[in-house]
This record gives sequence, structure tokens and C-alpha cells, in this order.
Amino acid sequence: MASDILPAVPSESRPGRFGIYGGRYVPETLMAALLELEHEYDLAKADPAFQAELSDLLTNYAGRPTPLYFCKRLTEQLGGAKIYLKREDLLHTGAHKINNALGQGLLAKRMGKKRIIAETGAGQHGVATATVCALLGLECVVYMGDVDMERQELNVLRMRLLGAEVRGVSSGSKTLKDAISEAMRDWVTNVRTTYYLLGSALGAHPYPTMVRDFHRCISIEMKRQILEKEGRLPSAVIACVGGGSNAIGAFYEFIPDRQVRLIGVEAGGRGPALGDHAARFRGGAPGVLQGTFSYVLQDDNGQIALTHSVSAGLDYASIGPEHAALHDSGRAEYVVQDDAAALDAVVRLSRTEGILPAIESAHAVAEALSLAPTLPAHEILVVNLSGRGDKDMGILARELKL
Amino acid sequence: MTIRFDRKPGLVVYLTAGDPSLEGTRAIALAAIDAGADVIELGVPFSDPLADGPVIQRASERALARATHLADVLQLAREIRAERPAAGLVIFSYLNPILRYGLHKFADDAAGAGVDGVLATDMIVEEAGEYLAELARVGLAPIFLAAPTSPDERIEAIATHSKGFVYAISRTGITGTQQTLTGDAAALVARIRRWTTLPVAVGFGISNAEHVAQVAEFADAAVIGSAIVELVERSTAETAPGAVARFIKGLHLPQAALAR
Repeated sequence: MASDILPAVPSESRPGRFGIYGGRYVPETLMAALLELEHEYDLAKADPAFQAELSDLLTNYAGRPTPLYFCKRLTEQLGGAKIYLKREDLLHTGAHKINNALGQGLLAKRMGKKRIIAETGAGQHGVATATVCALLGLECVVYMGDVDMERQELNVLRMRLLGAEVRGVSSGSKTLKDAISEAMRDWVTNVRTTYYLLGSALGAHPYPTMVRDFHRCISIEMKRQILEKEGRLPSAVIACVGGGSNAIGAFYEFIPDRQVRLIGVEAGGRGPALGDHAARFRGGAPGVLQGTFSYVLQDDNGQIALTHSVSAGLDYASIGPEHAALHDSGRAEYVVQDDAAALDAVVRLSRTEGILPAIESAHAVAEALSLAPTLPAHEILVVNLSGRGDKDMGILARELKL
Repeated sequence: MTIRFDRKPGLVVYLTAGDPSLEGTRAIALAAIDAGADVIELGVPFSDPLADGPVIQRASERALARATHLADVLQLAREIRAERPAAGLVIFSYLNPILRYGLHKFADDAAGAGVDGVLATDMIVEEAGEYLAELARVGLAPIFLAAPTSPDERIEAIATHSKGFVYAISRTGITGTQQTLTGDAAALVARIRRWTTLPVAVGFGISNAEHVAQVAEFADAAVIGSAIVELVERSTAETAPGAVARFIKGLHLPQAALAR
């Protein structure tokens, strides 16, 4: 697939590689910072005091463990596999993003960094970062595309209330990709004093590994909870995939369990043409964007394509490199649900179970809605409900004519 | 190999290819060479130039709006090479357009066009195995960036793997002009020289004769990018070559090599 593309020699042993994907493709100015981060993260990971502080915050501040909830009414209506939801939406700040923001925030503090920068798409990572900065007394600047600031205004206001500075990004598609580029420009300029708190399993090593580690708690709990409730592993774990942080967190502990299907759901947007969706495995090709080698939506000249999704959090042209490796190995499957299916899923889950999902997470719910009726009743689907939909009320009011 | 600096300081000029047009870039490059540029870096416009400041971002957007892509830039290089056989020519690009073009084919076509060297902004030495092999196969010089933040062991690797010249970044940050040069640059160049006898060019933020004179005290060449790209932005297609030539003459470079 990538025969004429770097790197020539797939090497699992090189740091930050997932098969042939991952690596570090950044301006040289950032390399010292990435190497320092890798080193400091290794030390922190092995430090019981760091882990204890993180664990305490995850429990008493963020609200872990999150419940694994059985959707009785939805399951009965669909007449097929049992549907469970992993309720990351119940976490403090409303999405799984707080897991990683707490981990990296503590790491930044440990490294003596006083200034935090972050990018955000849907605003959930921005809110989580602003929250952790308030908690730890750190300066916080969040970059957000102008389009996303408009469609996720509530989160912009939350970040400001929490004391963060939100800087709009008006270049390119004015969405997550451009926010990451602007955050990287800030980091390359202020690298000596600033910690870049990247919000997805993307970017140069060690970010994809570190962010995944901070979200591993999702699948650790999920596995324990489903064994307690059902006495067996699920048939499938389903998660939406933008950059891929909630999905890799939900998949990770199940990777060795070959009988468990891992299903990532990409944003199908408004159609299959390049520019109308964010389905990297359907329309993308291996390439380098923003520090990592992975699947990238791009044109024949290697220019990054515009993307579209009704959900700001899935509206991104590349995907975390570990997902690229899971895709190529066949261990995980990646499917597509479009804008309309996600909006239908928002309504269905709200009205059947009284749970309002984020439009991002609703893509995963949509996949469960289509998959469950095709499976027998003894099969189990676990959907990672990565966030709640309060932030989306503006879009929902418009799209659903509420 | 025609990357060489016959006098000190030499001059490297960065141009965003396709801004204002391919023909316009060709005329500006020829004028720059005639006015004293030793090396022209032809910047391949990219949709997501995360190492660039606003000036080169805008130039890239203009060039992309005219559908300027890597194949066009290689053709432009071929034309400049035909007209100015002695000038140094470097392709300056983000990695993805090169990967999409195909590394093997890119190396063949760049060498075939008479290009001397390649600088990929987001390619670091550790990841460069196949890249280095492909460039070496066709005799293209890999030029790596060295940063003030690079520790000594990285400087050694960068200096060892570079050919043509080593590009020292004057300060942390993105491309763009600044008022004064920081002390970072001289210290960085001294560190680079411990590992190589290659010429060292200093870039990022160099925009006037005073900066060039400062660079001359410790480095072999100055790289000017954003200041010239901004001058092109402010000029018309007709006036840009003359404006760039006057700008370069205003840098008061030593006369020795102007005969190129």
C-alpha cells in the first residue's frame, strides 16, 4: 500500500511507530521539546506518585469509573444484539477528553511549564484543557477554527469563563486542522516555556502513545464491567473516530481479544466526494500531516483536502497513526455514518433512553442502530458514548427544527 | 553540484513558486541571481504550512489558487537551470507533496531538472533513511535545518547528513521578519562548525543589510525569504523582478561573485 512512501522499513521497534505509521515529522525546532516530553512522560508513567495523583483526580474530580449502561428500551425496539453504552459523557466537562487533559496537565506541571496551549475542534478538548489549567493554576491559550467557534459557541463561552484565552483561526478550512497548525506555530515560537497539550491520538511521537495511554482507562473499565454484567466479552466495541482518542482508548484492552470486533466510525458528512466527508480510510492515502505518517485525505498533488462533517470533532483530514495500523492489519474495521444518520441517532437515543449524545458520539450510536438488528439477541455491542450533546444544541435546533 | 558561496556572506533567496505566477517566479529568480543570489530556494506551496508565518502562508494560498504544484515547480527549476547554469537551485517543500509525487520519481525528476538540493521542512534526520538514500542515488544534496534548541547530538547528525550547506535557524519560531537578530544564531553556527566544514547559512527573520552584515560575522551565507516574498506581494508581476533586484543590491553584498 505504501511501497513508495516513507518509511521503507516497517519497524515496530522504532519509538512511536505503529507498523509503518506514526513517527515524527516536525520542524527541527520542536525536536528537543518532543524528546524532552518523551523522556519526562516515561519517568512520570513509572512514578507511583504521579499515577496516584492522576488516579485520585480521575476518581474524585472527573468522575471515574463511568457507568456501563444497558439500553433496555433501545435493545427491545431494535430486536437484535444487546446495546450497552460506556458513559464517558457523564465525566466532568462532558466528554472523555478530561482523561487526557488531566494526565498531560499533571505532566506539564511536573515539567515546570507554566503556559499551556491546545487546539480544539468541537471545543470539548478546549474545555477540558481550560478546566485542568484552572485546577492547576496554569495559563491557557486555546486555538479554535472560526467555523468551529461559530458552531460550538457554548464551548467557547465555557473556555472563557474558565479563564482561557480562545484564539480564532481564520486560515484554511477554519476547523480542527487549522487550529492544530496554529497551535504548532505558537509552540515552535514559544517552545522553551510552553507545553502543547494535544487533544487527540495524533501528531508526532510521543503524543499518539501518550494520549492513548491516558484514555486506556476507558477499555480497562469497559472490560471489567461487561465481564461483571454479562460474564463474557462483547461481540463488538464501537466508537467514533476523528483523531481517534476515544476510539483507541475504547479499543486498546480488547486488541488481544480477537473475538471482539473493533469498529471505528468515521464521519460520512454529506456525501462520498472528496471535501464532503472526513472518512480517511475511504478516500485517503498514506501521507504526512502535522507530525505523523497516517492516512490523509488529500488530492493528487499531496495538498490536504477540505473535509466536512456536521460534527466539529470528527471534521479532520487525518487520523491517529495507531488506527492506520489497526486498519491495515485488519484488527479493527472502519465504517462510515453520515450527517443524517448521526442526527437521527441523536434523536433516537434521546427519545428512547433519555440520553443526549454529542453529535460525534452519535456516529457510533448510528452504527449500533444499523448493526444490532442484524445480530442475534445473545450478541453484545458496547458503544463508547464519548461525549454529551448539550454543546450541540445550536446545531440541533437548526438541523432538527426544534 | 553548484551550491557554493564564493564570497562571504553568500545569499540564499527563498521564493514561493507560483506567486505571482510560475512565469513571474521565473523572472524574479533570474533577476535575483543576476543581482547576487548564490542559491534560489523554490518553495513548493502547501495547503498547511505549519512552519510558516503569515507572509509565506498568504503567498502559498495565492500560488495554490493558481494550482501550482510540485510538478510545476520542477518544470520551473528546469527553466531556471537552462538560463542560469551556475546558480544553486534548491527545492524547499513540506514532505507530503513529495511523498505523494513519489520519493523515487521526485529524486529522478528533480535531478533531471538540474536541481542541486532539497530541503524538506518537516523531515528530521532520524526519519530520513529512505529519503537520504534516494537523494544520494541521484546526487541531490539533502539540506537539513538546525535549530537553536537542537542538542549537540542532533547538531552532529544534522551536520553529518547535510550536503551543500547546513541551514541554521536564527531563532525559535516560524518564518517571518524581525527587528533584530538574537544571540542564538551565532552560538548555533559555532556549534554546527564543530561537526562540519560545509558552509552554514543562517535564515528566519533576516530582512535587511544590517542583518546580513551581522550574519557575515559568523556564518557563510544569509537566507532571505519572507522579506522578499512580501516585496513580491506588494509589487505587480511586472515590477517584482526589478524590485527584488534592487532589494538585493541594497544588501551591499561583496562584489566578487556577481559575474554568475
